[in-house]
This record gives sequence, structure tokens and C-alpha cells, in this order.
Amino acid sequence: MPGRVETTPVIADRLAGRRIAVTGATGFLGTALVERLLRCVPGCEVVVLVRSGQRQSAAERTRREIVRNDCFDRLRRELKDRFDDEVSRRLSTIAGDVGKEGLGLDAEGRAVLQGCDTVIHSAATVSFDAPLDGAVEVNLLGPSRVAETLLELSDPKHRPHLVAVSTAYVNSGHKGDASEELITASRWITATDWRQEVAAARRARTDADSSSRDPQRLAGFHKKARGELGAAGTALLAERTERLRDEWVSDRMVALGRSRAQALGWPDAYAFTKSLGERALLETRGDLPVTFVRPSIVESALEEPRPGWIRGFRMAEPVIISYARGVLRQFPGLPEGIIDVVPVDLVVAAIIAVAATGPEDDPTVYQVASGTRHPLRYGHLVSRAESWFTERPLYDNRGQPIVVPTWSFPGRGKVQGELRRAVRVLGAAEQALNMLPLRGERAEWASKLEERRSQAERALDYVELYGAYAETEARFRIDRTLALYESLDEIDRKLFCFDPAVIDWGHYIEDVHLPSVVEHARVKTSPKRTRTLASREERARSSILSAEPRLAVFDLENTLMASNVVESYSWLATRHVDRADRARIVAHLLLEGPQLLALDRRDRSDFLRSFYRRYEGAPAAQLRLDAIELWSDLLSLRAFPDGLARLRQHRALGHTTVLITGALDFIVEPIRPLFDEIVCASLGERDGAFTGELVAAPPTGEARAILIEEHAGRLGLTQGGIVAYADSTSDLPMLEAAGLPVAVNPEAKLAAIARRRGWPVEHWDRTPGCPRKPLAVAGLRPGTRSIGSSPAGAAR
Amino acid sequence: MSPRPGFVLEVDRSTPSTLFWHGEGYRLEKLPIGSRVIYAPEPFHALRDPDAAVRQALDHPLGDSQPLRSLLRPGMRLTIAFDDVSLPLPPMRSPDVRQRVIEAVLEVAAAAGVDDVVLIAALALHRRMTDDELRHALGSRVFDAFAPNGLLWQHDAEDPSNLLHLGQTEEGEDVEINKRAAESDLLVYVNINLVAMDGGHKSVATGLASYKSLRHHHNVRTMRASKSFMDRHHSQLHTSNWRMGRLIAAAGVKVFQIETTLNTDTFPAEFRFLQRREWEWSLRDRAGFLATSKALERTPAEIARRLFHSIKSPHDLTSVQAGEVEAVHDRTLQMVHAQQLVPVEGQTDVLTMGLPYICPYNVNSIMNPILVACLGLGYFFNLYRNKPLVREGGVLILSHPTPWAFNPVHHPSYIDFFEQVLAETTDLVEIESKYEHAFATDPWYRHLYRTSYAYHGVHPFYMWYWCAHALEHLGRVVVVGGDRAAVRRLGFFPASTLADALEIASDVVGRDPSITHLHAPPLLIADVS
Repeated sequence: MPGRVETTPVIADRLAGRRIAVTGATGFLGTALVERLLRCVPGCEVVVLVRSGQRQSAAERTRREIVRNDCFDRLRRELKDRFDDEVSRRLSTIAGDVGKEGLGLDAEGRAVLQGCDTVIHSAATVSFDAPLDGAVEVNLLGPSRVAETLLELSDPKHRPHLVAVSTAYVNSGHKGDASEELITASRWITATDWRQEVAAARRARTDADSSSRDPQRLAGFHKKARGELGAAGTALLAERTERLRDEWVSDRMVALGRSRAQALGWPDAYAFTKSLGERALLETRGDLPVTFVRPSIVESALEEPRPGWIRGFRMAEPVIISYARGVLRQFPGLPEGIIDVVPVDLVVAAIIAVAATGPEDDPTVYQVASGTRHPLRYGHLVSRAESWFTERPLYDNRGQPIVVPTWSFPGRGKVQGELRRAVRVLGAAEQALNMLPLRGERAEWASKLEERRSQAERALDYVELYGAYAETEARFRIDRTLALYESLDEIDRKLFCFDPAVIDWGHYIEDVHLPSVVEHARVKTSPKRTRTLASREERARSSILSAEPRLAVFDLENTLMASNVVESYSWLATRHVDRADRARIVAHLLLEGPQLLALDRRDRSDFLRSFYRRYEGAPAAQLRLDAIELWSDLLSLRAFPDGLARLRQHRALGHTTVLITGALDFIVEPIRPLFDEIVCASLGERDGAFTGELVAAPPTGEARAILIEEHAGRLGLTQGGIVAYADSTSDLPMLEAAGLPVAVNPEAKLAAIARRRGWPVEHWDRTPGCPRKPLAVAGLRPGTRSIGSSPAGAAR
Repeated sequence: MSPRPGFVLEVDRSTPSTLFWHGEGYRLEKLPIGSRVIYAPEPFHALRDPDAAVRQALDHPLGDSQPLRSLLRPGMRLTIAFDDVSLPLPPMRSPDVRQRVIEAVLEVAAAAGVDDVVLIAALALHRRMTDDELRHALGSRVFDAFAPNGLLWQHDAEDPSNLLHLGQTEEGEDVEINKRAAESDLLVYVNINLVAMDGGHKSVATGLASYKSLRHHHNVRTMRASKSFMDRHHSQLHTSNWRMGRLIAAAGVKVFQIETTLNTDTFPAEFRFLQRREWEWSLRDRAGFLATSKALERTPAEIARRLFHSIKSPHDLTSVQAGEVEAVHDRTLQMVHAQQLVPVEGQTDVLTMGLPYICPYNVNSIMNPILVACLGLGYFFNLYRNKPLVREGGVLILSHPTPWAFNPVHHPSYIDFFEQVLAETTDLVEIESKYEHAFATDPWYRHLYRTSYAYHGVHPFYMWYWCAHALEHLGRVVVVGGDRAAVRRLGFFPASTLADALEIASDVVGRDPSITHLHAPPLLIADVS
């Protein structure tokens, strides 16, 4: 199909001098439409209605999101240095939003729209799992809003032509032929009052929002946030809780949309709202001439602007990639069923031809679909895809080719049932693992499980969302569209081809669509090890240990040593007592263990405050002496030599090292030489004995983040210069405050977060082969009782 | 019946399997016919009344020294230094020789009215001793009298306030020792002379010195020129110490040297088979061997280690001499040689040895790979006089599990030396020039050496330097039954069995080498002709 011809074809001729407005121009279909108009209809002007972004103006969005898209590469090549002139001369932008009354136009925008002869409304929420109210605002009310604005702006004698892009699936609720008739004429559709549906959808949003604020439900969100983040501090938990609430409302609206649509016989909220949109437009259009164009499933371009051009990752693409990755083991559908796909350039051509033809007296419908004229069987598609991916497999992280599964076309119910079970089982296993106090490499099982569960969930989503499309038995007739095509002259037929009969499905699948999908998905298509996790971590590590100034902050417990404040206390308390008392103290602490752990999990500061009361009355000088032995007898056996080596590496590089810990000052004293600063707890002292009350409370949670930011500020460092090492989500605020966070022996929750965010993970262990001291008891060797008196208070 | 001298067995068809030490355990190995096995002499009889012998030595000193009692007077400063936990091996049953000698010295001092007495454990750069270890070495009476009053010190080679630079030798070697010891009116040094290397001027010049002083003889050049450490007249290490010792004397430090020798009765009755010749094993020895080796197969390494480290050796005192350093040491050497020398005819192509669970630097601790190398190539290889047991270019086969294991309290700098330095190179000169300074002056290691129980930061380097003579002399080192990665890291060859080790050796020494097995401990010195 040649892009340029010498003689002026009829379509281009008819549209010459016209000003054509396009909504939804930043979308897949819209971009292709704008490009085609600019390239193949040299005499027309194009006005795009684009929403202003949060940071970008509408014009800026046009430039970045439309003109810079690779869709325009061909035109750019053809026009060379005239491209910019041509585009700025013929393409203009007005800021507007089809989701708002009056399209949200300003005076200038209204003036420009007023001068348009044809308006092609292709803006839609195409996502099949959009929340119901969002879909209603855009898909249902959008066309009517466009019509109302045009009625208001235009001269009643010269009404512009509104071409409304809909979907063939508005009419898919029955088996057999679905002809190009108005939605109001279809016998198979249960008519509902669209105004009531709009009101219901808006009400549902309010209802969902208020029930999301129900105290019990809020407690549920909070519990779930805690489950994910642990004791990450109030601010982070609040943020996560609010996001969960938002997601809950949104999920609920999605579910409502799907169930409402399915109750009325549509596959999903998209087709449902689109059909109501047609109905509403017919009611509100007044004397505005309207034509509907209903494409089926729009996929990558057959020829124009180049074979395989596609924008965004849409419906079939994620399914195809999940299949190629071996994630989607099964997909429902009938092998002999028709999968009604139509390349985007055919749809664009049909729209342009319809626009050039102009409106008829009454609204008419053109369907652009392949199913009746030149059907693609589902079984054919699947077997082509299977052989294509068998020849050109994707590769897993180890560089092994992935063998694609063979689908046996079971019913949708069966596939859904299996997937739901898988999601349930994986979810339960994940929860169980999360409850275990796992660390380090074992904690990564949990995060791998999480990955598998989310894969299964996604597969279930795909099946639930798209399964209906593979099972549709409605056959979309395209008689009117074909008649229009037949009426075109030879040149137009070549320039604006929209007869699906020209598609060679084998060629389209293997040479056009699949290569394009694979390219867009940015997946591994060769066994070569590309940027593996290891190399990414390697780079992070080299940045951490660069010669640049750094602030390296370390947590203590489980980051530098596998010990905790209870063990230290237990050791000190047993140092000067006899065997029987020693056993009693240790047994007591062991019994208290779960309770202490629970308190620690709930609130670290409270835990420390209450636990340190046990030091009340203990002789301070003696404990200071004993703490030196505590390091040699217990803590250094529990320390991670790799951690100490890393710490020392930082020092050797001249970095500033800081320890932030809830441990007591005299306990960390023996490792003071390793740090430039130690931020820790300290106890009050009266008459040479500890009072058991904290004089300096150790910072926890967000306070740690603030502290290290301040410290970095004093050193003149930005966030990028902070390295933070921690093991638990209670340090999440601190890790997030650091540009270079490192998860050390992470517990399951932190392991999952680190994996998602690509943080380096270190597995530091105790010295290989070093004596394991199962109980934190001071030297059990006989005859250790020696110098000094017993810390009576500490032994209580 | 007088104890039998050492013995060199030639393996024939009727020879039973030979016992090889293998860390916390042992293996029975069938040596090829024609191999030689060197056994230590049987233990000398113990002194009948050791306390009387000690008193006798104090009253009748050697050389130009006066009896101890006439060196003591009221108001003087007396310092008693003693060997640390690295001696003897295994630690001896109570009472320890140091306890006997120090109690006797203190008795004389008390009688003379001396009340300014300080005891100093002569650690050099070794780890501090724990209270338990000090109590064991000194006995409760001495420990309780001195420790609570702050009069029991451990030499701190990194305490600038308690070091005194006495000058430089004619070779430019700095002599810097413990200030209290140097400034005392009398310094009594109590030695346990387990091997010929111990004692003499090395006691004060090494045991009480600082890094600044030690580095003059603990370096690659000196170690390579010490052939062997057990033969002081051919050991640069000792020559250097002797120069320093003479300077110390010339500087006015009055040293009263007490040396003691032990017999080769190394293991208690239940482990008697370990020091008997296999073909002479009684039914009880066999049962003991079977019971312990079967039990050890099922015992976790850590428990086995604790078990072996709880062994206290019978080690009987065979002589004690006191007085002027060199005269005392000459007598000591005679005694050590009499007990330990075994004449051996000619060198061997392949020398095999089983390494036990203990060396001077892992008492109550873990024998990490560096210490395995040091025990094999530093100590056992050097148990010779005249010529090394193995010919130049020959192969040394060690048997030891060589676990990749460390004690983080005692050997923190070893971990980093193994992970960072040996991972880069095993070349002695490169290691010395490139890394020693940083480790020796590292503030964290210094802190741990001074306040915890860590060997000095430079100590792993010294362990590696101990191997210098062997590394230069040998064609290959093979370790049987060791952790492969750890053995390779040391630059040695790992082998699963002795047979495999001999195969690996055949690249170097051919297919029909002469083989000699050093059956130690009990310790011996091969006098190779």
C-alpha cells in the first residue's frame, strides 16, 4: 500500500479544507488516526482535544505523547525537514476533558471546536477492569457531552458530523449474527435507563467510599498494612493503609462494574458502558448528525504506518506474554470459535472513509470486524503462537528457553476454579511463612512465594477479564462497511483499505503481531545473561563503597550481630550469681520470651522502656566492667564478620559511620571504635546504681529517618550519599531516607520489599565454625565467680 | 626400666596401620612398604620431689648468678613474668609448673621482705588469658592474692605508657619491652621449655616486647634464615633475640631466668594409645582407640573440640634450672635434646604428618586454616636438627580436617587475613610489604587485642611467616581430608585419602619416592644425618 500517490483520491479530496477534531488522540487508535490524517489527507487540519496533565499542558502532551510516538516516524522520514512546519501548521491542540461537563473547554477551545466540520470521538476508558464510575463518566457520558457541546456551539444550519467510535461488543450478548443496527434496534439487548445507571454508579462510589471508612474495615486495612510492613512506623503505615483503602474502593467499583455488566449480558463494564453511551448519544444528539464506528478487538497495524506498530500494552498482549513466559498454563475458549481481531490501520481507514462520506439523515452504524468476512479461529491463533514461541522462545533468568504450555481449551469455570485454588493455597502458604521468624535466605522463599501468588492472581485476572472474548459467539456483520469499501475507487481502496479479507492471518500473527508484542514487552529473547540481578547488585555495591563521601548508618541487632537486648541482659544478670540462680533467671526469660517478642513487635520504644526497668538498682560501675566481658564472651561470637568487615571498609574509605540502636550505651561501648557516632539508649544513675529509667530514649521509626537526614545535612550530603543497613521493616523509614539502602538478613517482609524495589540484600552470618552459645549465660566454666559483687538489682 | 629412646621403624608386611593425628580425631593409615615411621623417645622419669628441685635451683643458680634469696631485699621492685597459655601443649594437669615455681619464688621473696611484687603474663602479641586460664597456670592461692589487688598484669604491647625503649642492637634492632619489667630491680622469668625453641633470651626479648621490637625478627627474611627454630645456633630468630637479650642485660635489666623441662608423657591414661607404638598396643589401647574413634565419628565438631581441649596432660617435670639466662638455657637444651632427639639417617622425598587439634595459638579455641599451616609448616616441619627431614623440593603431606572455621573472639584479624589477604596472594614477601603495616596498626584490632581476648592484628602474618622456611624448601604441600576450599586458599593441594595424596605427590617426586612419617605428638626432634 503506497503512502503517496500522484492523483488526489476522492477521500482526501473530500476532506481537503476540513477541520477535523479528534478526542482520545493520545490513545492507541487516536494516535494512528491523527497520523493517518496528517499523512494521507494532506488538505485537512486536525484539532486534538487533550487533557492537561498535572505537570504538562495539553499542547506539551500532544508534542510528547502523540507527535513523538514512533507512529510518526514514517511521516517524519517522508517530510524530512518540513515535518515540524507541517505538523505545527496542520495540528492544533485544545485543552479539554470528555469526563467533564462542557468538555472542560475554555473560550479559546470552544472557538476552535466551533470551527470543526467533523468530530471523531475516540476517547474511551478501554481498560476492561476500570472502576464502574470511571467507565460511566468517560464511556457512557463522554459521547453525549461531546454532542451537547457541539449542539451548543454550532450553527443549527451547519451541524458538524460526529463520528463516535464504539465497540462491536456492545452487541455481543447473543449467539449468531450481530448486524450493523442501532443499539436501540437490537432485539437481544435488555434496555436499561442510562440515567439511572449513571446515578447508580455515582452512588455506588459514594457508598463504597463510606463503607471503606467503616471502623472495622479501617482496622482491617491497618492490620493488612502491618502485615506487609511490620512495625514500620505510624507515617508509613498510615500511607499504606490509605492506599489499601483506595484500592479497596477501586476494586469494589471494578467488581460492581463487572457484575452489573454481566448481569445484563455484556462481557464487562467496558462493553456495557459503551453500549449505554451509544444509547445516551442517540437520545441527546438532537439534530446532530451521528455515525457510529464499532471496531472489534483492535490490534497492531497490518501495514500503516508500519507493520506491527502498536501503542501501549493492551488486551491480548499481556495474555500472550504471560503465555510465552509459561505463567498462563491454561486459557479458556473454543478452538473452533472466532477471535475477532482487526488491525488498527484498517479501523483508522474505515473511520476516515466514514468521515469523508459524511453523515446520513439518520444515525448509522459501521462495524469493523473480521469474524464474518475473514475469520480467525481461536485454535489457529493458539497453534500458530505455540509454534512461533517454540521456535523463538523467551528465556528465564538462568538463560534456559521457556517451553510454552499446550492449551487444552477447557471451560472458563474450570480454569478459574483451578486458578482460584492456586491463589488461595499460595496466599495461605505465604501468610504462614510470614508468621515464622525467618531471616536471610529463608526469608526469600516467602518473597518468591509472593511472586508466584501474584503471577497466579494475574493469570486469574486475565482469564476472568478476557475469557469472555475468547468465548463470544456473536458474529459481527460488516455489510455496510463493505458496501462503503466497494464504493471507493481503486486508489482509495489502496490508500484506505479496510477490507479484512486482505489479511493473511498466518503472516499477520507470525511476522507482524507476535514480533511486535515481544519487542514491546521487553522480555528476554536470548539466552545471554543480560542485566542480571547479580550485576545490578554489583553496581549498587560499588556505589555504596565508592570513594565519594558517604554516611553509613548501621542498625545493630541482626544487622551486625545475631543478638538482642534480652540476651545482653540475661548474660549480665547471670554473671555474678551461682548456678541455681542462673538457671532460674534464664528459665524466667525464656518463659517470658513470646510476651517480650510481642511487645517488641508492637512498639519498640515501649518495649525498651519497660524492659530496661529491670536494670533498676544494678551497680553501674560493675555493669560497665562486665559489658567489656559481655562483648568477648557473647556478642563477638554473635557478630557477623562480613558486617564488621563492611563497616571497616566504609571507615577505610573515609566514610562517616553511625550506629543507631536501642541497645544501652555501656553494652555497645566495646564497639565504639568502629563508629564516628553512636546513637543509643542510656539509663539514669543515682548513687552509683541505675535507675531503670531512660535518660536518652533511642530513636525508632521515623525518628531514625529524620536523624540520619539531619546528620547527612551536617556533612553536606544529599540522600544519595546515605547508606543504611537494617534487617527489619521497623527500619523502613530509615532505609527509605537513604539513597543506598541495604537489607541485611532481611525478615520476610523486608525481603519482599527489597526484592520489589531492587535493594541490595546481604546475607551475613556468624563466623564459620565458631562456637554456638545457645543460651546467653555468662561463662559456665567452673570457677568463673571472681571479682566484684553481684548486681543484685540486675538479678531480680 | 629406663625409658627407651626414639625409634625409626621401617614399614614391612607385618606392620600394623599407623596412627595419624587428624585434628579432633585420628586416622589409621597403611603406609607403603619401605616407609619409615619416627617415634619419640619414651617419657623420662619425673623428678621425685619437684618442689624440692625448684628450691634447689633457686638456691644454686647457674652461671654467674647469685642465689635468688641474696638478690632480694626489702623495698625493692620485683617482677615475675611467666609464659602464657601457649605453653605447654596440651595444658598440664594441676599444679602447673608455673604455679610451683612462682609459689616458691614468692616464698623466698616474702622471706626477704619484698612487698612490691607484680606478676606479668608474657603475652607478646598473643591474646590475653582469661581469669580461668590464669587461675589454672598460677593456682588459686597466687591468683587470689594478686588479681583482686591489680598486681596480676598481662603484658600489653600496645600500651605506650608501659613500654620502655632500651636502645638498638648493633644490627639496628629496636629493643622495647614492658616498662615495669625493665624498671624492676629484679625480673624473674618463669619458663616452660616444651621444645628447644623456647626460653633463653627469647623469653624476655620476645615475651615482653612490643610490635616495634618484634618485627625485627618476626619477618620473612629472618624466618627463612632460621634452619631450624629448634636449633638455636642455626636460627636467625634466636640470633636476633640473643642480641636483644644481651642489650637488655647491658641496659641494666637484671634477669633471673628459671627454665623447666617436661617429659613426653603427653596424654592421660585413657588416651595412652596416642603415644604408644601401634604394634605394642594392648587390648586396652585397642579398645580405647576404637571407642574414641567411633564416638568421634558421631560427635559434632564443636563438641569434639571441647572434649579434646579439656584434656589435661600429665607432663611431668624433668628438670628445673635457674640463674643467668645463657647458662640456664644451655642446660635446658641438653635436657630437651636428651628427651626429644631421635637420630634419623638421611632425608626423605615425602614427609607425612598428622596434625593434632592444638597448636600454641588455639588453646581453648579453634585451629583455623592459617594455624593448620603454621603448625604443619612452621612447627612440625622445623622439628629437626642439621637437615630438614624432607629433601629440598620434596613433598609434605599433612593430615588435618582444616575446617573453614574461626574463633571471632581470639582470631578476628585472622578472618580478614584469610578472606582478604590470602584470597589475593600467598606470596610471603608481597604479603609482608603490602598488607602487614595496615593490619599491625589497625585501631580496631588494637582495641580488641587490648580489651578483649584477641591476638594482635599482625599475628596471622607471623603465622604465615613461620611457614617461610618450609614454603621455600618444599616442592608441594598436600593436605589429606581438609576442607578443599580452605586448603586451596592456603595454596596447598587437597586430597581425600593418603593414597590420593601420594598420587598428587608423584608429580613432584616421581612414582617411587622415599616416605617418612613423623609420629608426633608426643614431640620429638629429628637429628637428620
